[in-house]
Amino acid sequence: MEIVLVGLNHRTAPVEVRERVSFSEEQAQRAAEELRARGILEETLVLSTCNRSEVYGVPPESSHECAPGLSSFLSEFHSVRPDVLSVSLYHHYDREAVRHLFQVAAGLDSMLLGEAEILGQVREAYRFAHEHGATGPVLNRLFQGALEVGKRVRTETELGTRPMSAAAAGVKLAERIFGKLSERKALVLGAGEMSEQVLSHLRDRGIAQLQVMNRSREKAEELAKQFGGKVVGWGEWDSALQTPDVVVGSVSAEEPVLRRDIVERAMAARGNRALFLMDLGVPRNIDAKVAELYNVYVYNTDDLTEIVQQNRNARESEIPHAQGIVEEHVSKFLSWQASVELVGLVDALRTKLREERATFIRSRMEPMKHLSETDRAQVEKLMDEMLEKVLLEPAQRLRGEKELRRKIQNVEALRDLFLLNREKP
Amino acid sequence: MLLGVGLIAHYFALLERSRGLHTVPYHDLYGSMSLFGWLLALTYLGLELYHRQRSVGAFVLPFILVFFLAAHLAPADRLSPPAVHGVVFAFHVTLSILAYAAFALSFVLSIIFLGEERLLRNHKLGDVVWRLPPLELLDQMSRSSVLVGLISIAVGTALGYVSVDQLPGQNSFYDPKYIITLLVLALYALYFRLAGTAAWRGARASKLCIFNFVIVVLSFTVVNLYLSHSHRYF
Repeated sequence: MEIVLVGLNHRTAPVEVRERVSFSEEQAQRAAEELRARGILEETLVLSTCNRSEVYGVPPESSHECAPGLSSFLSEFHSVRPDVLSVSLYHHYDREAVRHLFQVAAGLDSMLLGEAEILGQVREAYRFAHEHGATGPVLNRLFQGALEVGKRVRTETELGTRPMSAAAAGVKLAERIFGKLSERKALVLGAGEMSEQVLSHLRDRGIAQLQVMNRSREKAEELAKQFGGKVVGWGEWDSALQTPDVVVGSVSAEEPVLRRDIVERAMAARGNRALFLMDLGVPRNIDAKVAELYNVYVYNTDDLTEIVQQNRNARESEIPHAQGIVEEHVSKFLSWQASVELVGLVDALRTKLREERATFIRSRMEPMKHLSETDRAQVEKLMDEMLEKVLLEPAQRLRGEKELRRKIQNVEALRDLFLLNREKP
Repeated sequence: MLLGVGLIAHYFALLERSRGLHTVPYHDLYGSMSLFGWLLALTYLGLELYHRQRSVGAFVLPFILVFFLAAHLAPADRLSPPAVHGVVFAFHVTLSILAYAAFALSFVLSIIFLGEERLLRNHKLGDVVWRLPPLELLDQMSRSSVLVGLISIAVGTALGYVSVDQLPGQNSFYDPKYIITLLVLALYALYFRLAGTAAWRGARASKLCIFNFVIVVLSFTVVNLYLSHSHRYF
């Protein structure tokens, strides 16, 4: 019931290697089937995202023994030379494998610390593997634990709450002023990459209406179509600024396109309703004096970059808290694993002792011809009762052990002293 | 949920005290603050349900808690029935204290609004701004709270005149308390009128709301204790 993990991620492999070792759903299913057929893994789960490809498994024997086979399989499956792959692969076993997965689900191992997408990807990978029968009791328990860790870290820490890009920070700030954006309108000046990013964030936050204004109407229409927005003619400020609550500037211009007099006129026309201006242009698109106007909030690129930096620091300060949650769940999982293993070991020990008893009785009672069948059955019954008595109390004590370290030690001791010849590395 | 349970428990405590007094508790500091704290929590709960927003609770509930604690530390009068009783009078007292509670709530919301607005305008977000409720929500809740206060004080004051009218030989209508109450009513009506206009919406309206509450505090303390003839309670 050991766990093995073999994989690579953005830290260990360049994108050229990562893209060659990524799994589609169909490949993930095929890999699980082949690994089982070859006797390398009994349970398999493939987690493949743009930043990582990881195979989690439960081998029939020792996890350390199956790791080289798993590496060779990956190399063969993706037609990547073993020497190219081996420098990028990491191997984790048991506790380390559990900890790694929980850190992944918590967003602690992500390129962007605390990002939320990974939890959805873990959930999806688990759902897929489970539906296709690739997982079993161990991986089911492990991944349910990982999802719980991810959820707790996101609700109990601020690891993933703060925006980490200027565009996302701007949209979050708009929510500090207006609350939910589902009844708000936004105007985006420009149709470049940055405008696209902001539009994407605004759409994700449920903005009610999007408008795009750009010098080239064609590009504006293209972008508006992509995000379900409308196009506003360039320079029609008086009409364009009357309705939006959020205005984003991201155009290339030598001079500010939104001058104080334009915004002042617009504010008078809109009855001083609050206006949030996000200036992502360099040089700035919005005149600095606009910030002096009543109920107008202006944030430029530097302001937003500073917020992102503060947020990065804040996220990093949350790592110990998130790590604490990870460790709590690692212990919980290992405790469950030890308990399950203990039950299996006690059962195996009972079977072994009964077999020993049967052999013993056969050899010793053979010469005792005077004993009837009833006497023999009685002796066997008495010995069974004695064995149960001898087994019962230690088994109960072992099961009742609360401390994880001792529980695992007990399992190891039981296995080493009485049972099976499974060699530990 | 906990707030709801607390409100129910406190209601029974007030009911018990009211039975002893044969009217609502108002004439001692303990009783009036206890009633005030209860109505403050009730008003907040009503606003929370109406606006379907819980994010303000973390900032408002500590103020409510302070009032409850202050009430428990305040000296309690013996359970001797005060001079004035009656259903009309009880409603007058309850509605007036409800109005003060609603105004106190709008004061707290306005303070939070101004603080957050300043932080946002000066780009000093720190850790705080991300935890604060949105500005527009604070503004809307403050206005709703003032509306509750306005209706309560208008009806409460009218009932006060009715109950004074019923008192034999004490029907003086020239108490400074009456004047300041009418001033409070006028100031909050003005706030309610201006808060939605172009020139006042936002920070200016919040400042007016804070100013109005200073007058309420004066009415509740200086006027009650030193100037009023018929409202010398605590």
